[in-house]
Amino acid sequence: MTRTIRIAQICANHAELEGPLLPILHAVQGEFGCVDAEAERVIASALNLSRAEVHGVVSFYHDFTATPDPRPCLELCRAEACQARGVEAMVAAAETAAGQRVRVRTVYCLGLCSVGPNARVGDDLHARLDETSLVKLVKSL
Amino acid sequence: MTYQPQADFGTPAVSSDTLVSLTIDGRAVTVPAGTSVMRAAAECGGSIPSLCATDSLEAFGSCRMCLVEIEGRRGTPASCTTPAEQGMVVHTQSDRLGRLRKGVMELYISDHPLDCLTCSANNDCELQDTAAQVGLRDVRYGYAGADHLGLATDGSNPYFDFDPSKCIVCSRCVRACDEVQGTLALTIDGRGFASGVSAGQTGDDFLSSECVSCGACVQACPTATLQEKAVKEIGKPERAVITTCAYCGVGCTFRAEMRGEQLVRMVPWKDGKANRGHSCVKGRFAWGYANHKDRILDPMIRDSVDDPWRVVSWDEALEFTAERLTAIKAQYGARALGGITSSRCTNEETYLVQKLVRAGFGSNNVDTCARVCHSPTGYGLSKTFGTSAGTQDFDSVMDADVVLVIGANPTDAHPVFASRLKKRLRQGAKLIVIDPRQIDLVRSPHIEAAHHLALQPGTNVAVLTAMAHVIVTEELADEAFIRERCDWDEYSDWARFVAEERHSPETLEPVTRVPAAELRAAARLYATGGNGAIYYGLGVTEHSQGSSTVMAIANLAMATGNIGRRGVGVNPLRGQNNVQGSCDMGSFPHELPGYRHISGAVVRELFEADWGVTLDPDPGLRIPNMLDAALDGSFRALYVQGEDILQSDPNTHHVSAGLKAMDCVIVHDLFLNETANYAHVFLPGSTFLEKDGTFTNAERRIQLVRKVMEPANGPNGKGMADWEVTQALANALGLGWSYTHPSEIMDEIARLTPTFAGVSFDRLDAEGSLQWPVNEAHPDGSPIMHVDGFVRGKGRFMVTDYVPTDERTGPRYPLLLTTGRILSQYNVGAQTRRTDNTVWHDEDLLEIHPSDADNRGINSGDWVRLASRTGETTLRAEVTTRVAPGVVYTTFHHPATQANVVTTEYSDWATNCPEYKVTAVQVLPSNGPTEWQETYASWSAKSRRIMAEPAE
Repeated sequence: MTRTIRIAQICANHAELEGPLLPILHAVQGEFGCVDAEAERVIASALNLSRAEVHGVVSFYHDFTATPDPRPCLELCRAEACQARGVEAMVAAAETAAGQRVRVRTVYCLGLCSVGPNARVGDDLHARLDETSLVKLVKSL
Repeated sequence: MTYQPQADFGTPAVSSDTLVSLTIDGRAVTVPAGTSVMRAAAECGGSIPSLCATDSLEAFGSCRMCLVEIEGRRGTPASCTTPAEQGMVVHTQSDRLGRLRKGVMELYISDHPLDCLTCSANNDCELQDTAAQVGLRDVRYGYAGADHLGLATDGSNPYFDFDPSKCIVCSRCVRACDEVQGTLALTIDGRGFASGVSAGQTGDDFLSSECVSCGACVQACPTATLQEKAVKEIGKPERAVITTCAYCGVGCTFRAEMRGEQLVRMVPWKDGKANRGHSCVKGRFAWGYANHKDRILDPMIRDSVDDPWRVVSWDEALEFTAERLTAIKAQYGARALGGITSSRCTNEETYLVQKLVRAGFGSNNVDTCARVCHSPTGYGLSKTFGTSAGTQDFDSVMDADVVLVIGANPTDAHPVFASRLKKRLRQGAKLIVIDPRQIDLVRSPHIEAAHHLALQPGTNVAVLTAMAHVIVTEELADEAFIRERCDWDEYSDWARFVAEERHSPETLEPVTRVPAAELRAAARLYATGGNGAIYYGLGVTEHSQGSSTVMAIANLAMATGNIGRRGVGVNPLRGQNNVQGSCDMGSFPHELPGYRHISGAVVRELFEADWGVTLDPDPGLRIPNMLDAALDGSFRALYVQGEDILQSDPNTHHVSAGLKAMDCVIVHDLFLNETANYAHVFLPGSTFLEKDGTFTNAERRIQLVRKVMEPANGPNGKGMADWEVTQALANALGLGWSYTHPSEIMDEIARLTPTFAGVSFDRLDAEGSLQWPVNEAHPDGSPIMHVDGFVRGKGRFMVTDYVPTDERTGPRYPLLLTTGRILSQYNVGAQTRRTDNTVWHDEDLLEIHPSDADNRGINSGDWVRLASRTGETTLRAEVTTRVAPGVVYTTFHHPATQANVVTTEYSDWATNCPEYKVTAVQVLPSNGPTEWQETYASWSAKSRRIMAEPAE
């Protein structure tokens, strides 16, 4: 099955939803690791949207990328509450531990402000991090 | 008067029966409920600073400049998104508002180049104006931080530049593309500081994106980010003149913005009732032909078409012409002479040409290009409704619930109407498309036809009769309407006829190739979906049963009660800017102005008395008959104003033979067109920018054309508008005409034509436009016709039996060719081919379905030979599923292709309108141009030679 046909199939699977664009984009990003220009075209055609409209949405969200990045990813919260609980002092160690092998992405708030600093890997949340546990988490990826 | 952009009220006008009164800065103002505070302020003479608001777009509330204070409310709401309320007390200026605005403005300017003096929008920039309004004197943040100033300009569009370094990301362009044009080609890419306007996707520029170059974004841009290249080159305009577009039948009105006699830009006029401030790529941008190097500015004559042209003075050209015409008339009689009026020229010019033929030449051999486009509309609608015109204004579409588009491709051929239609469809109206091709309206962003009946070309009558069958047999007809407005006995006859089993969708399916269930569903939707409006084009008329199809459409509208109010009706989309007008002006051989038969003594005597001549009581020859008569020697001289019959009329070989047989062919045009290859006299024409007059659009709207520059034609600056040239020719023949201004011609038209009785230039100037009839019964014109009853009295149902065309496919010619237009080109392309519109379409292509292409080993881009029983030509193929298997499609914009070499002489049974839309053809791979194309190209080059000026 070509990629184009698979993306069209993903679109068809979501056709019944009200506002199917974001779920489709997540599904495509999840399966192919990116939503590239060709994927935008296929999705636009399937949903009868313009290419520009789909691109506008894709480019707005951090969750969608134009090219795949196969590295494991850790999302580190650096919003106000986590800053207050010391996340900034841990960033350098996390980045050193990550090197080029792991991608450390900054996010703003994971909704766990009382138990920060927090990070997320995939759907798993990690709370009450300190430098040691953060570095250990990065190395485990 | 110095240059002023058209006033901008910030948010769109609202219509409401409820009025609210409020006070703004101490001034009392009353506005319809729902009007924004911003607009209310503008209506009482104020101007609240704003950047993201403009009155062509819904309020957006993003720029935070238009904040106001409202007594009794907390905070500083945005005036664009706050509706005016009864008793509101608004303050638009205070210390707090001043500080807030200045602070926001500082942020904008901190990331904007400070090159106002050398900026092309200098003094025509809303950012500059707003900075001035808020009193910005300094930017506290400095200019050292990150910015967007180094971004490269996208100059890919031939008419406008996109310079993102000047962009303030107000989204006006994006919203204009979405709301006004409905193409949605633009977006905001990224987020936060990185957000910027993007045409299409990453890697796209404006040209490669889905942009159709309508220019709505350019008009909406408050800065120099999106701006016409011409403004960059020439500078800011100094004055603006309201005039009417000379392209399609929509009849958009524009502000022609001028510097001296140089046109800087065309900006759609927001008060134009046909276009409501919108335009397409042709009207706004494609006017460069007016000064193209190919334009011929001097009169020319030659004894024989084998000679080169000789440049002469007006006097010599007119004397030469008059002598030839007089000699022909003396030898062969008046009926050997004739003329063709132009749907590109004004009403006044058209009227004069038919007057010259009838009163001067002495025959009724006058015809017009409507012969080859909408003559069946005239016939069909006058038989059924009693008047030869569309029933609605364009605004009416905003009240339609079901729109039936048949044989028309509005997004390409009538783009400004298409934008209105798409807006209505996005609001929820349903669409039915009857067309052999998958036109853009069938499916494009946010638009999807509920039913697309992809019929076999040539089976319109069968499809419409089958729809009538469903409506009658399923008892969906509006009996109350029919009993009140129509002749019941005629309806009963018709109903019995359509109810016959042979007209059922199931029986006709093998002929029409439309699935019966789909057709039934479409018929039910049209009959029961609320206000049903029909829009049709040349895909209806240019058939052997064109007139029958028009009558079948009228039958459907009457049977379902869809006539006589807003949101319904039967609307022919006219091809050319003034095709309605040229028909109104008596351009047909059997009709005097106002569609009155020449054989009627009362009417004829009216004209005879006014013109001081005796008129021939017999109808004259139609274009094809003139050509036939030329071949048998009885027709010898033809005056052709502003039309290229060789390229636009069917069976090119026959047209060229007819023209070649004549003794005097006078071509009056801007260019040495294809017809001029067979001409003896060339009279240089004037463009719509160089004349005063009126055009009448598809909604019967008469609008003024105003002269913005002197005519460039004629030696030594003795330029003449086309009406003056016709008058000079008439006077060379001794007619003694003495019109000094086209308004006098309109006065004569009004005097002699009841439907125009109330029309005058003064009224048009004061009121903007009038929709005929304008008479005692309708003193202010008629936006919608047949409101209280049909013009002919009772609406008349006409039995329309489907008769297959004689043009059949067979083993030698197995495919059906149908023809049409493309957005960027217009008709024979005489104008648009001489503009940068060629970047979108520089040759005619043959669309062919992949299965037919595979069978023949054809790929996109290959040369193919397109042959019919009449002739053959070659062009490149484009393999696409837009056309169904068995159908091929091309345009007729380029003379190198000569698509009409292939089309046949079959024509409408009632009006002789040629059957362009159905030709049996074969398509085979080819190596290059046919022998005819090569011979014609060399003949054409030879025929266009102009003798070198003698050395002095």
